[in-house]
Amino acid sequence: MANEVLLDPHSIASDAHYGHDAAHHDEHHHTETFISKYVFSMDHKMIAKQFLITGMVWAVLGGLMSVFFRLQLGYPDSTFPWLEDILGKWAKGGHITPEAYYALVTTHGTVLVFFVLTAGLSGTFANFLIPLQIGARDMASPFMNMLSYWFFFIASIVMLSSLFIETGPFSGGWTAYPPLSALGSASPGSKTGMDLWLVAMALFVVSSLLGGLNYIATVLNMRTKGMSMTRLPLTIWALFFTAVLGVLSFPVLFSGFILLIFDRNFGTSFYLSDIFVNGVGALPNEGGSAILYQHLFWFLGHPEVYIILLPAMGMASEILSTNSRKPIFGYMAMVGSMFAIAVLAFLVWAHHMFVTGLNPFLGSIFVLLTLLIAVPSAIKVFNWLTTLWKGNIRFTPAMMFAIGFVSLFISGGLTGIWLGNSALDIHLHDTYFVIAHFHIVMGVASMFGMFAGVYHWYPKMYGRNLNNTLGYIHFWVTLAGAYLIFWPMHYQGLAGMPRRYYDFSIWESFKQFGGLNQFISVVVIFVFAVQLLFLFNFFYSIWKGRKVTQANPWGSNTLEWTTPIKPGHGNWPGEIPEVYRWAYDYGKDGKEFIPQTVPVGADESTNH
Amino acid sequence: MATTTVAVNQKMWGGGKSPFNIEYGKVMMWYFLMSDAFTFGAFLISYGTIRFSSNGWPDPNEVFQSFPGLGSGLPLMFVSLMTFILIVSSVTMVLAVHAGHNMDKNGVVKNLILTIVFGAAFLGCQAWEWTHLHHEGAWWGANPFLNADGTASSTNFTNYFFTITGFHGFHVLSGVVINIVMLIMTLTDTFEKRGHYLMIEKAGLYWHFVDLVWVFVFTCFYLI
Repeated sequence: MANEVLLDPHSIASDAHYGHDAAHHDEHHHTETFISKYVFSMDHKMIAKQFLITGMVWAVLGGLMSVFFRLQLGYPDSTFPWLEDILGKWAKGGHITPEAYYALVTTHGTVLVFFVLTAGLSGTFANFLIPLQIGARDMASPFMNMLSYWFFFIASIVMLSSLFIETGPFSGGWTAYPPLSALGSASPGSKTGMDLWLVAMALFVVSSLLGGLNYIATVLNMRTKGMSMTRLPLTIWALFFTAVLGVLSFPVLFSGFILLIFDRNFGTSFYLSDIFVNGVGALPNEGGSAILYQHLFWFLGHPEVYIILLPAMGMASEILSTNSRKPIFGYMAMVGSMFAIAVLAFLVWAHHMFVTGLNPFLGSIFVLLTLLIAVPSAIKVFNWLTTLWKGNIRFTPAMMFAIGFVSLFISGGLTGIWLGNSALDIHLHDTYFVIAHFHIVMGVASMFGMFAGVYHWYPKMYGRNLNNTLGYIHFWVTLAGAYLIFWPMHYQGLAGMPRRYYDFSIWESFKQFGGLNQFISVVVIFVFAVQLLFLFNFFYSIWKGRKVTQANPWGSNTLEWTTPIKPGHGNWPGEIPEVYRWAYDYGKDGKEFIPQTVPVGADESTNH
Repeated sequence: MATTTVAVNQKMWGGGKSPFNIEYGKVMMWYFLMSDAFTFGAFLISYGTIRFSSNGWPDPNEVFQSFPGLGSGLPLMFVSLMTFILIVSSVTMVLAVHAGHNMDKNGVVKNLILTIVFGAAFLGCQAWEWTHLHHEGAWWGANPFLNADGTASSTNFTNYFFTITGFHGFHVLSGVVINIVMLIMTLTDTFEKRGHYLMIEKAGLYWHFVDLVWVFVFTCFYLI
């Protein structure tokens, strides 16, 4: 069979929909019910919104949890009777119990990393931007895309239900190291809570796989005419690498979880050996290795931080270039460094395990590989800065968040060089220094990327504008708050203050940080409050925001702005536009911007 | 916007070309197989890690030496038969894909049926082997076999054996189900109407992958 037949778009389309009439796609206004439009939607734009809003729900829950445990850390001696109204027996007498504290930090970590910054970030923007920016009607398989969201939704329900059971949610840390996670007798949270945690995470892996395969296939196969790989906006490159990372790293976590499920329920000893439980006695399990789990976990766990960060990098690149009215500096270097990051992501996992008894020689190799990541990261940072350099900068809220992202990535990235050294890590591991590092570089930076994306593409999502004033308040309070919260933690960590402790006031060495802990906790409350302001802005503007009047409000080059203000299912009412140039012709030949759909003129200076 | 007149019956996808020159379903399948390879890779590397950190390990020639109807004392005979069956099923799958390329419906049907039969036969063999081992007292968390040097063995020998061969068996089962679906779709002329048998090819990719994984599982558990 000729390749032309294989690649014939019609046959592909009907493959995807199993017998749907091809003509059906040409009219994109078949009657839609509420269920098919808003619930079991197969429109990538609606699925993106579903991911975003589910992620927001989780962000509020996860954020609220951090407020609760920061209250404990800042005010270990005070009681808050209203906490008992909310948490019941977990905050008896208005004081969070140790079990509840650990459950809160564990759930905070799990939902923020996976449900908010993986599903909420790449789920939202991969779905929203890939078809729009490459010029496709929808994802390669809209049905799988729908399944991807609904697996995430079920995972969310299971995780949420674990908060309400008798023994509470899992409380052994988001990394779920055995033996704590493998033995129900180890702690209340390791009982049913851990089972639900594992089920939720397994469902999440399925969701991530379904989504990732779709993103990859769509980027590779569904690009419009003229959209060669090297003309793709950097957002798409970033989301593509993100999907590849997810498809290759989540299965390893999945294997690790399967072994953990067997250890928990079927009497195996994959991770267990020589264990004595207080009140139970010696366990019969022999021959397993708890370190094995850590290898399997971090083989996902490290790529996971790039799964979180890469979409933010891609969106920041796009937004910085658009709003500097300058081409992105070093497009191919940006792609190359993202590729380097994607490769190195798989080769550094053991730097999370320097103090597990890892062979120091092996450790030194992981130090080398870890520090190598500084090279592509620095390339990206300098390219962002040189994109801004002498730009005609428009400080839209999206632009502010994109610049904030660069700032946070630099601050948080530099401490990564410290932590990547196995010798320094002996002192710094499991201290607040680590908390400060990864919250800034991965947590807050990626949140900033997400906010930048929401502010930038909101007009495309809802056909209305967000309120800018609220946006600026949101930006400044969040940026200042992020630094005020996490900067002091570097000092605490250098002084040896360990993470995951319930109460520092009883430690002579850490009493001195009582005031600082209070300060951090107060800032947390302010930052949390301003996120609620953002949510108000978001939901209010869906219905009441100023209507978008121009199809291309930011004067941007990419394809999504060639669609109608409120694109229907299928994105373009007529034929999909053809692409003639890369996405970054800003300020070229005296023109402010030249969209990708404009043919290259005869007298135009050539670069791409 | 393109300046050309919009054709009334335009194509669903405006253009674009896969760098690998294959259609999207195959891209998905290849990436899925890479993903699945990482799942099995993680299992087998875990197995290796634990095995080489253990003081001893049972000798597979002692453990796997029974053949239904022929009794014991036949090391690796039965598993060789299982492996042979699976490899033959790969051959019939190749023939089914080849027949699909030639739009030869009868060839597809015949070879798909053979593949399904061999797949089911493999699963039957595995069920027999599991049952047999279970009767000998082996299960998750229970290992009746001694190390090759006569010392007591950890349960991880059976733990890994049942988990990984079970996970592989589950893949074979999925493959058989997929092949049955393909068979039904072939019989109902779905592919004839579509004008190509690409789906058979994708099912074939999966089937060959599952066979390939068996080669590694077989090597790790029975040969080494």
